[in-house]
Amino acid sequence: MNDVFALTALALVVAGGAVVVLVRDRERQAVAVSVHGLLLGVLFLALQAPDVALSQLVVGTAVVPLMVVLTIRGARGPR
Amino acid sequence: MNPRARLIVFLAGAAGFLALFASAVPLLPEFGGSFHPYRDLAVGAALRRSTENAVASVNFDLRPIDTFGEELIFLASAVGAATLLRATGEGREQDGASARVLPLTALGGYLLLPLVFLVGANIVLHGHLTPGGGFQGGVVLATGLHLLYVAGDLRALERLRPLSWCVETEAAAGGAFAVVGLAGSLAGAGFLGNALPTGASGALLSAGTVPLLNIAVACEVGAGIVVLLAQFLHQALVLTCPES
Repeated sequence: MNDVFALTALALVVAGGAVVVLVRDRERQAVAVSVHGLLLGVLFLALQAPDVALSQLVVGTAVVPLMVVLTIRGARGPR
Repeated sequence: MNPRARLIVFLAGAAGFLALFASAVPLLPEFGGSFHPYRDLAVGAALRRSTENAVASVNFDLRPIDTFGEELIFLASAVGAATLLRATGEGREQDGASARVLPLTALGGYLLLPLVFLVGANIVLHGHLTPGGGFQGGVVLATGLHLLYVAGDLRALERLRPLSWCVETEAAAGGAFAVVGLAGSLAGAGFLGNALPTGASGALLSAGTVPLLNIAVACEVGAGIVVLLAQFLHQALVLTCPES
């Protein structure tokens, strides 16, 4: 049962990673990175590492996408 | 180097990697196997020191010097990133900081704010008992503060964000980690040794120095992320956004 959970999460992580690479629009990519971070968190939970899952959730789904979005907006320059 | 030569170099490297990787994988222990010597030693040591969360015990009691190194890396990268962003911070100061927010978004943000702070504090203070700890809780507290930006605008965040305190808190908390470590040296347990009584397993006041180090890490990481995001927000919203 646990193996099924872990393998499903692993498959979703692979699919999510592919989506992040294939999405070309940078702002949508930031959202995809956030979703991919969430999937990684689920994978770590499935592999019985709740501490790592929690770190991954807070950093991967919140802080990193936020920095990416702000950087995109800042790099666009004055319009 | 033309694309063709680049492809050949890549294929040679990839073939070498594949050969080494394929020969190494069969030697790995089986996935999910039952042979875990390090786990057995670490969990035993954690339970002897009344630290329910074995991961926290490894991070802050059994191998604290690694965590201290990570804290210094975090401090250095936060300072470095903030410095870089500040150096390029020359531009027109534009008021792109105020914006209209849907009432429901504002309500949701203000309702979630105390809840997120509570969850963050819970993750920090129970870091030695349940999954979590200073790093995770600190990031939750720091990102939770930015609900003020989601619910209001940058002006609301700037009014209520104690940025100058955060700069000092980050440095002081990094120092506090070292002070706890030196206190261990003075008590004869070695640098970052757990010299405090470890108490009863499962009690809030247990595990010796682990909760103290968790709190120090939470302050450092939380304050560091607030400082870092403040630079990003300033760059993105104030300097380069004439309209809105």
